[in-house]
Amino acid sequence: MENVVITKESDARGSFCPGPLMELIRMVRDAEVGDVLAVISSDAGSQKDLPAWVAKAKHELLGQEDVDGAVKFIIKKTH
Amino acid sequence: MKNILIIGGGTGGCIVANTLAKKLDDDEAQITVISASEQHHYQPGWLYVPFGREDARSLTRPVRSLLKKQINLLIGKVEQLDNENQQVILDNGDTVTYDYLVIATGSVPCPQDIPGLSEGGNHFYTEKDSFALYQILQEFRGGKVVIGVGGLPYKCPVAPLEFTFLFEEFIKEKGLRDKTEITYTFPLNAVFNIPSVAEVAEPILQERNINIETFFNLEEVKADEKKALSLEGTELDYDLLIMIPPHRGVPFLQGHDIADAKGWVKTNKQTLHAGDHKNIWALGDTTDIPISKAGSTAHFEGPVIAKQIVADIRGQELGEDCVYEGHVMCFLETGYSKASIIDFDYSSPPVLKAPNALMHYQKMAFNKAYWYLIPTATI
Ligand SMILES: Cc1cc2nc3c(=O)[nH]c(=O)nc-3n(C[C@H](O)[C@H](O)[C@H](O)COP(=O)(O)OP(=O)(O)OC[C@H]3O[C@@H](n4cnc5c(N)ncnc54)[C@H](O)[C@@H]3O)c2cc1C
Repeated sequence: MENVVITKESDARGSFCPGPLMELIRMVRDAEVGDVLAVISSDAGSQKDLPAWVAKAKHELLGQEDVDGAVKFIIKKTH
Repeated sequence: MKNILIIGGGTGGCIVANTLAKKLDDDEAQITVISASEQHHYQPGWLYVPFGREDARSLTRPVRSLLKKQINLLIGKVEQLDNENQQVILDNGDTVTYDYLVIATGSVPCPQDIPGLSEGGNHFYTEKDSFALYQILQEFRGGKVVIGVGGLPYKCPVAPLEFTFLFEEFIKEKGLRDKTEITYTFPLNAVFNIPSVAEVAEPILQERNINIETFFNLEEVKADEKKALSLEGTELDYDLLIMIPPHRGVPFLQGHDIADAKGWVKTNKQTLHAGDHKNIWALGDTTDIPISKAGSTAHFEGPVIAKQIVADIRGQELGEDCVYEGHVMCFLETGYSKASIIDFDYSSPPVLKAPNALMHYQKMAFNKAYWYLIPTATI
């Protein structure tokens, strides 16, 4: 993930389902095509829901990283 | 003598005002309610209006008739909150000062937040819109019907599901079921955000041949082409679109220091204080607490605020019961005279019983008993 430049990052730790997903959706709505977005979530449900939403919405999940026990999801807005 | 000001004459405002009036002596405080409307609406009744099962006109009563007589009622719209000077400014220019402020201004459905929704969509979240939908359903002869949640947050989270069940029953009774395709949409990856509710609701939707479209975040309605488009790229054709618009807090709170850009008051989820303000509280729909925006939420929050104000006026210590534990209790109508009940708090998710007739009749009885029990703070 070293080469990826994140356009916008949101720390949604401490917020529960559907908080992190809604935060990602809000960011995707506001972003430009090609932007790379990151959402950090400590909610277990996000592990399933975020990648599932990214697949359904046909954006690209560039990766997931561990951040002090939470997960940082890195997503590219593709359209 | 202290001045207690409550903005809002809806469920939360009336409960707090009447609870305080019961607890405090007349020489301890002057309680004032400011309400933008002379009427108090029993909003849960709007669910039944489109089907002709309730008359919208019977779902309102004057706010005055619900408040104890020692409570001062001002009809007017707050346009500005000046918390530095402990005052609010009304639309007629009057200023009202306070020592303690309670914000109970509810939430506002905002179809204008989604392009085309005002033109192409219907809903039942206001008196006017529920009656307009009644008229549409009177003329309905079948077709593609899309019912769903057009954006988060919105009040009474189960109402769109309840509406879907009641709609299916309604068209079946009209003999139009085989001419009607129903699709239910929800923004998340399930039919509802609480898993135990989704587990009960999903099989009922399937049994009744209702299509399910999850991860559907409404992006645009093309009213002239009769298409509803989602952010995820799904396109649904419709003949009748019933979409609950995303909600906001009231205009004077949008962007105010104590609230966020959408007007949700930054509220302590236990004490219900607005931010760091020790003399301002919020309850009901207007808070940013991530919990159902429901009348029952306001009902369980109200006494927590009233107790804190009384203790402060009397210089008493606060009891341990002076926190809101996230209690919410709602019915879930599933159609065909059956319902279930959803009861939970911050630490215990709801466990639902199978829908049954007893719960449905309890809800029907509650709809009538509301006026005597809830805004009056009798229970
Ligand atoms: C169709 C439908 C079905 C529902 N079903 C249920 C249910 O089954 N169970 C349940 O618990 N809840 C249900 N609800 C939700 C419930 O009605 C609300 O959550 C509840 O009324 C919230 O109470 P509140 O006091 O926060 O706001 P409200 O009751 O909406 O009151 C807001 C008050 O603020 C006043 N106001 C607004 N702006 C201003 C201003 N600028 N100045 C002065 N006054 C102002 C208004 O005039 C009003 O008096 C339903 C709602 C709908 C629409």
